[in-house]
Amino acid sequence: MTDSVKISVPPPELLAKKRITREGLLPWITTPVLVFAMVVVWHVYVKTTGISAFILPAPSTVWTEWLAMLDSPRAWRHTYFTIYATLVGFFWAIVIGVGLGVMIARIRWLEQTLNPFIVATQVVPKVALVPLFVVWFGFGITSKVIVAAVLAFFPILTNTVLGVKSIDEGHRDVMTSLNATRWQIFKRLELPSALPYILTGLEVGIVLAIIGAIVGEYLGGNTGLGALLIARMNAYETDQMFAVLIHMSLLGFAFYFAIGALRRVLIPWHQSASH
Amino acid sequence: MSSAAATSTDPHPAIGLKAIEKWYGTRDTPVHALAPTDLAVPEGQFLVLLGPSGCGKTTLLRMIGGLIEPTSGELSIEGKNLWRGGDRQSEALSELGMVFQEANLFPWLTIEQNIALPLELKGVDKDKRLARARELCKLVGIAGFEKRWPKELSGGMRQRAAIARALSYDPHILLMDEPFGALDAMTRDAMNLELQRIWMETKKTVVLVTHSIGEAVFLADRIVLLSPRPGRIDSIIDVPFPRARGTEVQTSAEFQAIVRRLRVRLAEIS
Ligand SMILES: Nc1ncnc2c1ncn2[C@@H]1O[C@H](COP(=O)(O)OP(=O)(O)OP(=O)(O)O)[C@@H](O)[C@H]1O
Ligand SMILES: [Mg+2]
Repeated sequence: MTDSVKISVPPPELLAKKRITREGLLPWITTPVLVFAMVVVWHVYVKTTGISAFILPAPSTVWTEWLAMLDSPRAWRHTYFTIYATLVGFFWAIVIGVGLGVMIARIRWLEQTLNPFIVATQVVPKVALVPLFVVWFGFGITSKVIVAAVLAFFPILTNTVLGVKSIDEGHRDVMTSLNATRWQIFKRLELPSALPYILTGLEVGIVLAIIGAIVGEYLGGNTGLGALLIARMNAYETDQMFAVLIHMSLLGFAFYFAIGALRRVLIPWHQSASH
Repeated sequence: MSSAAATSTDPHPAIGLKAIEKWYGTRDTPVHALAPTDLAVPEGQFLVLLGPSGCGKTTLLRMIGGLIEPTSGELSIEGKNLWRGGDRQSEALSELGMVFQEANLFPWLTIEQNIALPLELKGVDKDKRLARARELCKLVGIAGFEKRWPKELSGGMRQRAAIARALSYDPHILLMDEPFGALDAMTRDAMNLELQRIWMETKKTVVLVTHSIGEAVFLADRIVLLSPRPGRIDSIIDVPFPRARGTEVQTSAEFQAIVRRLRVRLAEIS
């Protein structure tokens, strides 16, 4: 019998430290190609129609304006302002969203009491409240932080509640039979178990936080990328408007990918973290 | 086959039940899951709870494990009351280790971290508890998998890890609810041999719930047969085979006779 047993080795692609699968590789090729194609179409459109630069500037002009922005300390001051408002608002959204979410998921009467209000505030178009926040909290950074926090709060809250409620009963039994304290149950079971859900909430939340900060800047004060965009609009500098838009989008991407990276660091055991 | 009188003369049994009863409240009529039951499990005994589905085996085991409170009666672990005024007593609980039908390992912890979890909750420092986890991996036969995630192990290996976790803080009593119920027959036989070896090495008192007559007779010093509606002790059977039992014991006429007797009785009470 032993004669027929060949010494077998694992296929070499399984041995590589970091395996790159074909599906994992695909977006790294398609994304640049598609972006390049879009820019080409844009360029050709502008050249052939001779459309006014006030309406649609050529991609090359926008690119030059964006590079100029990167060189301007003033533009960076606006950028930092927006980043700061976004992150501080996001921070409070996490603290309140996760904290309240865990309590709501655990305490029946609290959930029943708060649920109508949570639904109500979900349904109210929150962006419509921005002028009110400006009236209450002024033209400074506070109103932007609050708008960012209010927008980011809901997805974080609802995902946290879902996460804590989805905890495996068998896992709870383990902690109960080990006589774990409430704090230990929170730290060693509820938090790690709900973390994949919370991170999904954070992914949605960070995008809403930056939207909140920018919308807040549209309406109040003269600092931040939102305010910068409005100023460029009022000056009919469409090319610079586009540059600011690109700047904002890149900021959004950076935040979103930061959360993705956080996912790989915090929950390497979860399938959502393996690419 | 002895009568249903289950209390032994042992004054300090590892587990003592006096008139333990359980009613479940449901939306309509309450369910009488367990009629008042007396039972004493002497130290070091391997006791098996056997009975048809719904006869209250899980209920009884979870009451002993402190996961659900008895409706009435007195439950003592090594002479210490488990429940006092609706609160579980931690001195009694720390003598109990539980293994469930599902391994219930935490997917965010590696195997060794899972096994070390009870010690972590008790505040044992990291080096000490991980050393203990590695030692236990050897005992249950999963050495080499300490740093893996639970999802990277087979069902049988996960159940071994769950047993190691229950043994980590060296409780005197091991409670197991169909620990191998989710495994195939071949793995199950192997696990039963392993469990017997672990039990003989660690000298624990074991209460194991099972559906399998063969498993019960192979493993048990004593089998408690439960009958349903309401759950109660039907009879108690002592299993005389010497240890360590090998697979060959299962083919002996005496083994087959006990199996047959249990099968007939189970058919009568189901
Ligand atoms: N949480 C509960 N609420 C209401 N009734 C319950 C509950 N748990 C168990 N029961 C009832 O109590 C009885 C005993 O259940 P138990 O789970 O202890 O049986 P079992 O012997 O473990 O069965 P099985 O072999 O199928 O696991 C059953 O009639 C069941 O319907
Ligand atoms: Mg059961």
